[in-house]
Amino acid sequence: MTIKEIQDSIVDEFSMFDDWMERYEYIIELGKSLPLINEEYKTEDNIIKGCQSKVWVHAEEKDGNIVFTADSDAILTKGIIGILIRTFSNQSPQAILDANTDFIDEIGLKEHLSPTRANGLVSMIKKIKMYALAFQAKG
Amino acid sequence: MLDIQKIRADFPILTQKVNGKPLIYFDNGATSQKPRVVIDAITKYYEEINANIHRGVHTLSQLATDAYEASREKIQKHINAQYLHEVIFTSGTTQGINLVTNGFASLLKEGDEVMVSALEHHSNIVPWQMLCEKTGAKLIVIPMNEKGELILSEYDRLLSNKTKIVAVNHISNALGTINPIEYMIEKAHQVGAAILIDGAQATPHLKPDVQALDCDFYVFSGHKICGPTGVGILYGKEAWLNKLPPYMGGGEMIKEVTFEKTTYAELPHKFEAGTPNIADGIVLGTAIDYLNAVGFENIQQQEKELLAHATKRLLEIEGLKIYGTSEKKTSVISFNIEGIHPYDIGTIIDKLGIAVRTGHHCAQPIMNYFNIPGTVRASFSFYNTKEEIDIFVEAVKKAKMMLS
Repeated sequence: MTIKEIQDSIVDEFSMFDDWMERYEYIIELGKSLPLINEEYKTEDNIIKGCQSKVWVHAEEKDGNIVFTADSDAILTKGIIGILIRTFSNQSPQAILDANTDFIDEIGLKEHLSPTRANGLVSMIKKIKMYALAFQAKG
Repeated sequence: MLDIQKIRADFPILTQKVNGKPLIYFDNGATSQKPRVVIDAITKYYEEINANIHRGVHTLSQLATDAYEASREKIQKHINAQYLHEVIFTSGTTQGINLVTNGFASLLKEGDEVMVSALEHHSNIVPWQMLCEKTGAKLIVIPMNEKGELILSEYDRLLSNKTKIVAVNHISNALGTINPIEYMIEKAHQVGAAILIDGAQATPHLKPDVQALDCDFYVFSGHKICGPTGVGILYGKEAWLNKLPPYMGGGEMIKEVTFEKTTYAELPHKFEAGTPNIADGIVLGTAIDYLNAVGFENIQQQEKELLAHATKRLLEIEGLKIYGTSEKKTSVISFNIEGIHPYDIGTIIDKLGIAVRTGHHCAQPIMNYFNIPGTVRASFSFYNTKEEIDIFVEAVKKAKMMLS
């Protein structure tokens, strides 16, 4: 699936929920199914700054695509990074760089997109794009 | 006894809805809400007497100057400073501390010691670290115990004639501990050290008497005591303020300027370069009038009841741990629930209209001490109610259920 297709299906899933409680419960579920980062990659380099909770993201190349794994000590943050990873993992560096993240707004998490918000969703996206840029430069 | 409903009616923001729920504001440690009189006084200043102060011969300038100086007098009385010129307007606690650390740069040398406590806010750590870097002085830290109290025997042991200044908060922002500053001031003076008290978290709850305390400096912020943001106070003993060099150069702080040499103005103007925050400086006086009208005894009584009620109710929640358990503490509860990140709790209860602070509260050394990433901090003010606390406790329970 392309990034856009994945984003559309996430938007579809979230449209089933009527209120924030259900949305947050779903995010918590997503957090629990996040592809976990290998403990050895929980390094200072992989930490995303600007988060109130700790977030680690690791990237590896597989057949020309980037595979992300991550973790956080806060479950909501874990769910949000899970959403991002589901969107961006197994995609080519170029596709990641070209993608936008408007769907975050559509699934009702707009407030988490504020650059001043302490959860650092913006920093997470930046980090993912930085990895894509780095892999592209290498390739 | 306070008529809380009447008090609450003074604060327009308290009728707000947040995320569709009535606002429950428990982030008073970060900033207090403002009563109508304060909000109106800001408008009134700009509508009626706005002019630059201490400069003009015209009527408005005189009216603004009088109002500004009248506010200084109110503050002098409020904290019982001996002289009016010992009351310096600043932008807030942080600037007050930086003004002092900047001044001490000319007084310290290598081998001298500067002492802070393990309970400090970053603003009462970092400026002192910068001062130490600049002068070669050494930063000494007074340790604390499990209850979040400073270990006084260690304080006594660490003090020596090398200690030049001690900086300690009156009340801890992260844990609410009320520090025994009377004792600490006396001990500091016994070794000839100066002492600065960070009163940012104390002034919302009590009226400091700087002469009775005999502290050398006392700093606080306007916005935490129902006043506007961007204004604060540095109290300093006259002798110290005369000794310290000016903090900033500019207008207002000069006596005479030539290209060869400038002489500085007398206190307090020596430390008030540039056009000050006139409106908010004036309105700080209004805020102090408001608090005194409510009465600090009433404020303390209400907050004591809120603290007791919230402590009891929160401890009903299994796995909940309170950090900061000194018997001498103010209406602040810092807590965590086992296995749950404070950020998650804060995010969920925000959706229920409840404002608390989560994170390290600008006091990372305290969090490191307890080996936690942060806490949820609920800080109550006299305009909060037990009913609000009950709703808050239910919200925390709900968050716990969702997150476990």
